[in-house]
Amino acid sequence: MLLALGASPVEGFSAMFDGAFGSGSRIAATAVKATPLILVGAGITIAFRANVINIGGESQIIAGALLSTVVALSFPDLPTILLVPAVLLAGLVGGGILGAIPGALKAYASVNEILSTIMLNLVMVQFMNYLLRGPLIDPYEMEAGTRIPQTQRLSDNAMLPNLIDGTRLHLGVPVAILAAVGAYLLLWRTPTGFRLRAVGHSADAARASGMNVKRNITLALALSGSLAGIAGAILVFGSEGQRMVTDGSAAGFTGSAGFNGIVAALFGGLHPIWTIPSAMLFGALLTGATQLQRVLQVPAALAVALNGIIVIFVISSTPVRGWIQRSLSEAGLFNRRNDTETESPRHSRSEPGGLSDMPDPSEESGNV
Amino acid sequence: MSDFFTLSVLVATAASGIRLATPYLLASLGETVGQRSGVLNLGVDGVMLLSAFFSYWVVLKTGNLWLAVLVGVAVGLVMGLLYGFITVVLNATQGISGIGIYIFGLGLSDLLFRRQVGTPKPVRRLPDVDIPVLSDIPHLGPALFQRNLLTYLAFLLIPTTVFLLGRTTFGLNIRSVGENPSAADSLGVSVRRTRFVAILIANSMAGLAGAALVLQLGIFQPNLTQGMGFIAVALVYFGAWRPIGVMCGALLYGLVNATVLQWKALGIIPVNGSDLAAMAPAVLTILALVVLARRVSAPAALTRPFSRH
Repeated sequence: MLLALGASPVEGFSAMFDGAFGSGSRIAATAVKATPLILVGAGITIAFRANVINIGGESQIIAGALLSTVVALSFPDLPTILLVPAVLLAGLVGGGILGAIPGALKAYASVNEILSTIMLNLVMVQFMNYLLRGPLIDPYEMEAGTRIPQTQRLSDNAMLPNLIDGTRLHLGVPVAILAAVGAYLLLWRTPTGFRLRAVGHSADAARASGMNVKRNITLALALSGSLAGIAGAILVFGSEGQRMVTDGSAAGFTGSAGFNGIVAALFGGLHPIWTIPSAMLFGALLTGATQLQRVLQVPAALAVALNGIIVIFVISSTPVRGWIQRSLSEAGLFNRRNDTETESPRHSRSEPGGLSDMPDPSEESGNV
Repeated sequence: MSDFFTLSVLVATAASGIRLATPYLLASLGETVGQRSGVLNLGVDGVMLLSAFFSYWVVLKTGNLWLAVLVGVAVGLVMGLLYGFITVVLNATQGISGIGIYIFGLGLSDLLFRRQVGTPKPVRRLPDVDIPVLSDIPHLGPALFQRNLLTYLAFLLIPTTVFLLGRTTFGLNIRSVGENPSAADSLGVSVRRTRFVAILIANSMAGLAGAALVLQLGIFQPNLTQGMGFIAVALVYFGAWRPIGVMCGALLYGLVNATVLQWKALGIIPVNGSDLAAMAPAVLTILALVVLARRVSAPAALTRPFSRH
């Protein structure tokens, strides 16, 4: 692709690598870039494990960012120790609401969640533009007449503390990693997670064993959205400008993190822990692409196109892998369990181990 | 408000509504064919963006509008080959691979635009063609029969799609592989071939929609569609997988958009409310989905990959 754009691939890759990992501060920048992807990606894994597809990361990021901004504007004088948790919590709530809406619509009104989450993305972008150009705009922008859609500089107390001087590495990075670990523990170490995965594996079986499928579908999207909402708060309070700013375009504020998070989650095999290195890789791709634009004048949109190819590739490679395994096992070269041989590729996509780690049945019936 | 309810303004709004409905209609009709065969293509928006860029580029370089339309369709066809290969041959998950196509189209069209064009330059637009006699009908004529050829084509494709799906063997095959692929397979219908052809039809019409969009506007910019392709997919649900229903949905969207534009121009919507007004189409879609979701049933095998077992 670089060749087609008239740039040397060697120079291109070295520029990208240098831009992403060239120095301590660049590695920190990559980690900061990866932070929203880790959060959105971990959220996506929760939804996908419950067999709901969350394409609404963009809307959930925006909702989290808006709600946390409002909190910071309302209580600018709270000390950091209270205000930072408050804005992160506000992000979680905002994103959670925007996740719960399509979740409830799917569970109780049979509305396809892919379509509703995409529509909510379109709605929230316009809503953000409205707020940042109207009620929330920086009063100075109005006076000066420049009307850049941004809030005033937010309280210093709300900013995520920097962890290493001289870099941009802030508290958001460990928060995101903890959230991903939390998502893993939730899915595989708690009854709630067991129910979510059970619903995702077979809604009928889950219903037959007394689980509330509708509530779990709503919960899966709400949890997924709340992680994306935290990402929104981090985007605002980890920003260099200390404010929420957009340019009026669809990805003006989010930088498409809601979509890139899906890519990171898929690339990480829909496992919250693997989402962390995978998101780092895509963070590197994004910072590298910026460097590429600077050095070789290759537009940074290259990274978006590459992400698309990766999604297509990852998706098609899973069935390919399943197909190879099946033909191998049919040829007797592979000793796999019988059930996976006869299943269609759709089913064999679920992770190995799936529901085999059944906890005590009494536990599930007690909690529904 | 009273400014809006004058005859000339209403006629102008209807005219622009029909014009704005054209890309929706083309993309949704194609997607209807695809979904009736059991294949959901969420990549419509990406295909539209790519074909819009290439159409724009062709007009910019050659000034030839019809070549641009052909190129738009060809881009759709190529993307159809790709999508068909992934979903039908490799049995990939349709929802996510469609999103992949979208992201790819979004990025590549942006990349090519910045690389090849840079700053948006206006190009020739599709000329309006008067239909003799009919266009002389007072008020109605200018609104309905002074449109561009792609708009006429889009409306001609409605009965064509009805005929294709309802009255031809191929249409019967499409519907049968969309409802019950195993039964169709046992009767000797090739599920894969039928779906592949349906995907090619859907994607080339998405390509045509992208060409229509850009040639009506006369300008391209990154993310030109702003989610139109996704709304086109939702319109298929809205229209209950029937071409006539899809047409009603597309016209409704065109008219809503045109009304919002007109109200903005007339000052009925205040300047700072225009962002809120821009939420209308998507909010309308969600409401429509809520109302319709339980009443209409999708093709039974929609999004289900088929393999013999």
